[in-house]
Amino acid sequence: MSSSSANETTLRATNLRRAAAKVAVFVICLAPLAWAVWLAFTPGVGGSGLGPNPQEFLNRYLGDWALRFLMIALAVTPVRLVFGWRWLFRFRRMLGLYAFFYVCLHLASYVVLDKGFYWDEIWSDVTKRTYITVGMAAFILLIPMAVTSTAGMVKRLGPLRWRRLHQSIYVIVPLGCLHFFMMRKGIQIEPLIYAGITATLLAARVWQKYRPKPARRQAL
Amino acid sequence: MLIKIARKNKIKSSEITARNVFENRRAFMKGAGALGLGAVAGGTVGNLLSSSPVAAAQSLNAIKSDVYTLDSIGEELPTDRVVATSYNNFYEFGTGKEDPAENAQAFNPRPWTVTIAGAVENPGTFDIDDLLKPYQLEERIYRFRCVEAWSMVVPWVGVPLADVLKRVGPTSKARYVAFKTLYDPDRMPGQLRGVIPWPYVEGLRIDEAMNDLTLLTVGMYGEVLPNQNGAPVRLIVPWKYGFKSIKSIVSIALVEEQPPCTWNLTNPREYGFYSNVNPDVDHPRWSQARERVVGTGIFAKRRETEMLNGYEEEVGSLYDGMDLSKFY
Repeated sequence: MSSSSANETTLRATNLRRAAAKVAVFVICLAPLAWAVWLAFTPGVGGSGLGPNPQEFLNRYLGDWALRFLMIALAVTPVRLVFGWRWLFRFRRMLGLYAFFYVCLHLASYVVLDKGFYWDEIWSDVTKRTYITVGMAAFILLIPMAVTSTAGMVKRLGPLRWRRLHQSIYVIVPLGCLHFFMMRKGIQIEPLIYAGITATLLAARVWQKYRPKPARRQAL
Repeated sequence: MLIKIARKNKIKSSEITARNVFENRRAFMKGAGALGLGAVAGGTVGNLLSSSPVAAAQSLNAIKSDVYTLDSIGEELPTDRVVATSYNNFYEFGTGKEDPAENAQAFNPRPWTVTIAGAVENPGTFDIDDLLKPYQLEERIYRFRCVEAWSMVVPWVGVPLADVLKRVGPTSKARYVAFKTLYDPDRMPGQLRGVIPWPYVEGLRIDEAMNDLTLLTVGMYGEVLPNQNGAPVRLIVPWKYGFKSIKSIVSIALVEEQPPCTWNLTNPREYGFYSNVNPDVDHPRWSQARERVVGTGIFAKRRETEMLNGYEEEVGSLYDGMDLSKFY
């Protein structure tokens, strides 16, 4: 066996491993949705495993996962930085698109199941209720990010403009946390935990930007 | 209609028994031997109410109201009992809807006293069983509308608050009634967290408190009030949002000034003193025009909320000349 064909075999094996990893992450990210579907078809209090108020349950459950995926996508860079897991970067787009996917499901459950297409009520929610305005703003800001997630779009926009556009995530995730905090009655611990983690992830970005540069060169 | 309830309960009996055994498992293990299962037999209010948590499933000897029926509110069935006893807001036992049913099981609502004080001729601290012994319990089916825009239809068991207040004799200075929930973080673990100021307090205007609809409630679905629903005694004010119907009451004071109310203290912009059900006055964070009837399934549409929760005929005159968008 020549060394070039050995390299080719290694390369093929690596590609196969990477593809398999992508499929695995893809399937894992579907698990929260699969769980909700499973609950919907399981007997439980009030008719199904979704409970007595399934519309509210689904809306909150999907909202929780939307915010979690947004935070997971936001965590890719800091985690890569701290642990040096460069391979993590390959999953960033998929994680970001999953965040968008769960945001869409969250919004759809509100429009279809909860509000039953009462557009007048939905419109007054969006315009009059600050926490819904905040959530909707986050959703709208996500759309250009999702649309420009393809390699072709990166090329078309140019890396600089593309990066600048995608920095809107630094605004979107805090908006999501604010939306969650304002939705709850009283001061509750859960939204504060989400906000705390988000603040830490954003602080990591600030640290990354302003940390002493010589140290970085040494590391390279 | 009443036959329908009975039939429904019968169908669900196995389920209910299993659930009660499950929920009371700890108390059940401890208490079953000592008490014997025979304690579940019927009797008068006094002896029925005086027992350990094991008694949560005890049936009450109540006459069914012929005014406040399913027919009177145009419903075919009440909310499933399991739904009404497992989907609760009772922050004393946690902020999640399922938390109270889980965390209130160890709570023992006996012995229990209620202090009646303030502008009354006969103030005092009364044992709950003694306090209610003179009255015939009544079952009334009311709509229950939460401020969070969900609702239920529940057969409550109790006595009109007016009957009890008349006995202690409010004086001319009694213009409001102030209620207070038990404060005991050892027994109500939710009180270890400062989600809202403790103890929970509520209040009504005296004419609201004396209205026949206002029910001092000790049971639901023909049985003793489960802990998670406010055992051993709570208020039901059916034309107001659910949080006005204060649970696990330890104090009733007749007062001259408008008393503080917990949610009003927490967020006066969102929760007013009156908090009457009103489809035309939105909560700042959501519309109150339609409500989700819980337990009706995932594809059910919301129901149009009625003015004063459908009790305008009974209590509408209490608010004559008042701007309800101002006094929300």
